[in-house]
Amino acid sequence: MATETTDAAGVCVDAGGSALGMPQLCADWMPNQIFWLLVTLITLYFVMSRIALPRISAVLAERSGTITNDIAAAEELKNKAAEAEAAYDQALLDARSEAQKIVAEAKAEIQAELDVELQKADAQIAAKTAESEAAIGEIREGAVKSVTAVAKDTAKELVAAMGGTADAKAITAAVNARMKG
Amino acid sequence: MAEEKEGGLVFHPLDQFIVKPLFGDGPVHWYTVTNLTLWMAIALLAIVAVFVLGSRGRAVIPTRLQSIGELIYGFIYKMVEDVCGKDGVKYFPYIMTLFLFILFSNYLALIPMSYSPTSMIAVTAVLGFGVFFAVTILGFVKNGPAFLGLFWMSDAPAVLRPIIAVIEVISYFVRPVSHSIRLAGNIMAGHAVLKVFAGFAALTLVSPVAVFGIVAIYGLEVLVCGIQAYVFTILTCVYLKDALHPAH
Repeated sequence: MATETTDAAGVCVDAGGSALGMPQLCADWMPNQIFWLLVTLITLYFVMSRIALPRISAVLAERSGTITNDIAAAEELKNKAAEAEAAYDQALLDARSEAQKIVAEAKAEIQAELDVELQKADAQIAAKTAESEAAIGEIREGAVKSVTAVAKDTAKELVAAMGGTADAKAITAAVNARMKG
Repeated sequence: MAEEKEGGLVFHPLDQFIVKPLFGDGPVHWYTVTNLTLWMAIALLAIVAVFVLGSRGRAVIPTRLQSIGELIYGFIYKMVEDVCGKDGVKYFPYIMTLFLFILFSNYLALIPMSYSPTSMIAVTAVLGFGVFFAVTILGFVKNGPAFLGLFWMSDAPAVLRPIIAVIEVISYFVRPVSHSIRLAGNIMAGHAVLKVFAGFAALTLVSPVAVFGIVAIYGLEVLVCGIQAYVFTILTCVYLKDALHPAH
């Protein structure tokens, strides 16, 4: 059957329902194909251009708008976070310097109090020392007097025992001279 | 093409392309509702399902179907913009219509027992010549006689210019022919080969090979269907670019 040429008169199918030649080249069917193709294409064009494409482009535009907005919002939040961090750091710094100031003040106060106390203590110690020195001086003086008196008496007695007449003035002078030595 | 083989094995690889009235047995008039009408309508409904019903929610976070529609939209939109430039974008709906019709017809034709409108030379010729006339008329409307500059290579040596012009004119007029026959030929050949393999599958001896062949050719056809739709569309874009910017 391949040897048979297409029946130009219009029958494209043989008695058995098989194609004669290429069905694509059957001129009888072409108006039908072209008609329905045009119907389909025009319908499709109107559906696409009136409904589908504007809708999709609107959705895409809306999405890119949303994405842009979200990115801007994220950027803003990031800036805010950075600001907050800076403020926190500043607060931390302030608090630290404040604490240092307070520590320094407390130290100075304590130092001042300590100085006052030390002075007081020094004064007390000095007073006590002076008192003690005075007491020691008195005791020493008392002791020297006693020694002098004992030495005079002893000397008088010694002179008397040796049979001499005790010259009180001479003995006193002699004892005094010895005591100085 | 039907031939007797090995005692009663008959195949008619081209019978699948016969146009039959859907209702009754009468002759095929231009208005008769046929199997071709049915499959064009199915393609149309499938496109509507994906693009109209799929984007019904207008969701910022798309559903799967809406996502498919958006992907195809973005793909063709970018193609038109890249090839034709910014001023080609207003022809995007036409190109989208062509692409979707060819793509869906091609893929729906891969369903067994279906009919492939894009394998019919009359259908693709209408598409191809439609593009050709639209683009040519558009070229003259937009550029006036300057559109003929498309054929005149001003940067070629002066002696060669007339020769190149003749070649360019011939190639310009061959465009719609190659444009339409490429699509119909690819689809028709693929389907015919599938049918031939299917016929051999009836023979016990070679049926494993034949079935494997069907699978392989089917896989190839899946590629061809997408690629042919893409090729038809991008060539349309290229022709449109020539019409919009005829200067080389």
